[in-house]
Amino acid sequence: MQRIYLDYNATTPLRPEVRDAIMPYLTEAFGNGSSIHAYGREARNAIDTAREQVAELIGAKSPSEIVFTGSGTEADNHAIKGLTELQKSRGKGNHIITSSVEHHAVLHTCQYLEQRGFEVTYLPVDRYGQIRLEQLREAIRDTTVLLSIMHVNNENGTIQPLEESCQIAQEHDIPLHTDAVQSIGKLDIDVQSLGVNLLSLSGHKIYAPKGIGVLYIRRGTRLANLVHGGSHERNRRAGSENVPAIVGLGAAAALAKREQNTYAQHLDSLTHRLREGLDAHIDGLHYNGHPDCCAPGTLNVSFEAVEGESLILRLDMEGICVSTGSACTSGSMEPSHVLAALGLPPRLAQGTVRFSLGRNTTEAEIDAVIAKLPKLIQQMRALYRG
Amino acid sequence: MYTQQVTEHYENPRNVGTIADADGTATIGSAASGEMLKLTLSIVDDIIVAAKFRAFGCPTAIASGSVLTELSTGSRISDARKITAARISEALGGLPAEKQRYATYAEEVLKTAITNFLYGGCG
Repeated sequence: MQRIYLDYNATTPLRPEVRDAIMPYLTEAFGNGSSIHAYGREARNAIDTAREQVAELIGAKSPSEIVFTGSGTEADNHAIKGLTELQKSRGKGNHIITSSVEHHAVLHTCQYLEQRGFEVTYLPVDRYGQIRLEQLREAIRDTTVLLSIMHVNNENGTIQPLEESCQIAQEHDIPLHTDAVQSIGKLDIDVQSLGVNLLSLSGHKIYAPKGIGVLYIRRGTRLANLVHGGSHERNRRAGSENVPAIVGLGAAAALAKREQNTYAQHLDSLTHRLREGLDAHIDGLHYNGHPDCCAPGTLNVSFEAVEGESLILRLDMEGICVSTGSACTSGSMEPSHVLAALGLPPRLAQGTVRFSLGRNTTEAEIDAVIAKLPKLIQQMRALYRG
Repeated sequence: MYTQQVTEHYENPRNVGTIADADGTATIGSAASGEMLKLTLSIVDDIIVAAKFRAFGCPTAIASGSVLTELSTGSRISDARKITAARISEALGGLPAEKQRYATYAEEVLKTAITNFLYGGCG
């Protein structure tokens, strides 16, 4: 049976061009970027090129503002812990503002800091998952040392008002961090015109390998280190560089930059096709992404009178790979924190599926999903409705 | 993630539906709460001659309802009352701890349906 992968927000396959770029660094060009001999210089040059490619993708002023990390999660941890702990130690304050729909990499980091004397405001969101700017303004205190607002939500694709949030941050002279893991390659990002201080991104969401991320640190933004050791990454992140993954991320960044418009159009047109198909063949649907401010490629749908895990399994049996927004954990059905923050009633939250599309997604795949899904939904509803 | 038995029952659930003139009926949970199991029994001379279920929930919830109808059909009600959650779990290949509650729901819904048959509850 042919598989249809519609879970690109979870991870993406390695692009062949990226794989080709990586291969030499998995084989003959194995040097340590810190060595001064020919092998080392070869690795160092490759790292520097990748750094330039990433800097160009996000519009950084200088490649020196790019720090390679082990993941997007590590980048988030580094940004939030590194900045706030330094600020606190300097007596600047202990208050962080973030949103209630952030990725766990941000939320759980903030919760960890709460246990260590920080105060955190988790901004509520509207029914589509957007923060309200007036609530952001109201949340700011004299002791606020960081705003961390994601660019695009991983579950429903909703775009946060990042530009306006940056303006507010600048008015109050508070640094802003953004988790841009889900927006890179799909939306235009220019860190200079936005004015963000810190930005996290991840390789495996843009067709590079897993195990590589980036923290952009605007020049002048001071933060403590997370990983201590050697003087790698300009003394910002110790540990011998993961050269193959860094090269892969650089190659993926260059491709993402070059193809961004066509990629976004590809995703947008297929997402519309999927939505129109679902609307035409299935009743009792609710879309949870923002109607106007949603990144292309993500369609988060709640099916009335359907349970998500069961639907995922049925789809998997048909070779269709998607993810759900709720998990049947010990004790009860628990919607994800994002669906809960949207205020979705439990009966809808539990029937929520995330379709996330990517570069290999075809019209034929979307049509195959539309051909199979109505029957599955009908079967599942029949199990209890009769 | 699922045992073979759960997957098999989930793919081919037995005895789905509602018996029109059921002798014993019970429902546990509700669809709105995310988990629902409804059982209807047809009982002749103290023997369960037919059992049908409806369920709303994850694959294990549906498999539990399905296997319950198989285990109970043909049983004397005195024997059916002895069907435990452990036996239901075993019939499904041994449920993991976080899914055990579905076996418990199945045991409860069967016992309640029999009680309602014997004492005239409305389920």
